[in-house]
Amino acid sequence: MCVLLSTQEMDDTVLSPEKAEEVKLKARFPHLGAKPGGSDLLRKRLQKGQKFFDSGDYNMAKAKVKNKQQLPAVTPAEKAEITGDHIPTPQDIPQRKPSIVASKLAG
Amino acid sequence: MAGAGGGGNDVQWCFSQVKGAIDDDVAEADIISTVEFNHSGELLATGDKGGRVVIFQQELESKNQPQCRGEYNVYSTFQSHEPEFDYLKSLEIEEKINKIRWLPQKNAAQFLLSTNDKTIKLWKISERDKRPEGYNLKEEDGRYRDPTTVTTLRVPVFHPMDLMVEASPRRVFANAHTYHINSISVNSDCETYLSADDLRINLWNLEITDHSFNIVDIKPANMEELTEVITAAEFHPNQCNTFVYSSSKGTIRLCDMRVSALCDQHSKLFEEPEDPSNRSFFSEIISSISDVKFSHSGRYMMTRDYLTVKIWDLNMESRPVETYQVHEYLRSKLCSLYENDCIFDKFECCWNGNDSVVMTGSYNNFFRMFDRGYRQDVTLEASRESSKPRSVLKPRKVCTGGKRKKDEISVDSLDFNKKILHTAWHPQDNIIAVATTNNLYIFQDKL
Repeated sequence: MCVLLSTQEMDDTVLSPEKAEEVKLKARFPHLGAKPGGSDLLRKRLQKGQKFFDSGDYNMAKAKVKNKQQLPAVTPAEKAEITGDHIPTPQDIPQRKPSIVASKLAG
Repeated sequence: MAGAGGGGNDVQWCFSQVKGAIDDDVAEADIISTVEFNHSGELLATGDKGGRVVIFQQELESKNQPQCRGEYNVYSTFQSHEPEFDYLKSLEIEEKINKIRWLPQKNAAQFLLSTNDKTIKLWKISERDKRPEGYNLKEEDGRYRDPTTVTTLRVPVFHPMDLMVEASPRRVFANAHTYHINSISVNSDCETYLSADDLRINLWNLEITDHSFNIVDIKPANMEELTEVITAAEFHPNQCNTFVYSSSKGTIRLCDMRVSALCDQHSKLFEEPEDPSNRSFFSEIISSISDVKFSHSGRYMMTRDYLTVKIWDLNMESRPVETYQVHEYLRSKLCSLYENDCIFDKFECCWNGNDSVVMTGSYNNFFRMFDRGYRQDVTLEASRESSKPRSVLKPRKVCTGGKRKKDEISVDSLDFNKKILHTAWHPQDNIIAVATTNNLYIFQDKL
């Protein structure tokens, strides 16, 4: 399947849709590495998850998320959990494990 | 396949049930992350991002309607995994259930393995329908009696009680994976199972939790040289020495555990040759295999990459025997799909009971079925709109260009937030479970 790009000069080269998409991407991100499947992408995949400063930082972030539970959080966009803006003290960290909410599938 | 009009083997899919909340405000914990029927199909388990497992049981066919298959109702639900904090790496360990695999049933109890990124657990689900009454030293409410007031002896008797289903963790298999577990697979010997993370595969004995054997290790000595990761792994359905694992580069390796203790050398390498002139920035990303499943017969295996489903004959490594396009129209949208990360979505796939039809999910809550024998495919939708009891699902069509016909949907109108990543097919009957973001749909063929 071939697509003629309307934004390109008609110099007799017909690009596959995939190559056309690549041209679009390179236009938006000119510094994208030549080898996409290589180390960068894979390394990002191996270390998925947000790094926290320490467990106190982690518990503070969790407590903050619990307070804002009702926000829809389905989009794949990154969740901006802010950490480190408050030095945790024993009083701030939730004292007991929050009660477990039953799954809505079982409702 | 579901069709307008007849045809000898047309299956018409009907809505049966939907589980989960109707509201559009989806809490992250409610996102379904795995769906699996047990070996008899009587039980259906789901796992979610909140670490919870819900098991549904099929009701026995009612005598009034012998032609109608039983409904699935909640049987048991429990918290399988909790969020943890890895103190050494300062990273959160998500409680999301990545996979559930049932063990074949050996006695009255049911067993399943559930795993998050780091820890696998063996759960026992058992029924209790009687309780002992008439203890000598305890009252019925549990308080101890004063022994000096006991003047006669009696034998406690079992009395029937309301059915109680209990789930208890019998084994916890922890601390064996540095990277994130993507697969677990129970061996046909019913004694061992494998767990695979991005770089390693371990072999466990179901009885032993304090050690496991590493059988595949693709971690390079220098991490700068890392070129591919393990994406899925599965044991052969009847050869207990054979397993396969797929990679992010689109290859599948079959290994034989009799050859050596460490199966770094594959016995077979399945790879489709690529036309180098067609290579683009996206080629490797979309060739990454997100799921691999053996057929029930064990003769074939199916792989899912971003745009296709491929069927491989285990006897032929050079190329797949069948290739099915799931949503080829996305090839001209790869740039935006890369930017919104959808290109990294991991779709699963499954076989029907007799290996004649395969199914996988897509976007816009669409899912696709491919009939291998009749060379037909159909697109169906899991939505509340088509959720009237026993209503037949209408085939859907995506318009790829030109004039959009009535009832077709254009590629640009597809909702990429509505993805069906997890589907499951009953081992014998035409009953399927399809998971949207936070709802579980059950469809059956029209009897």
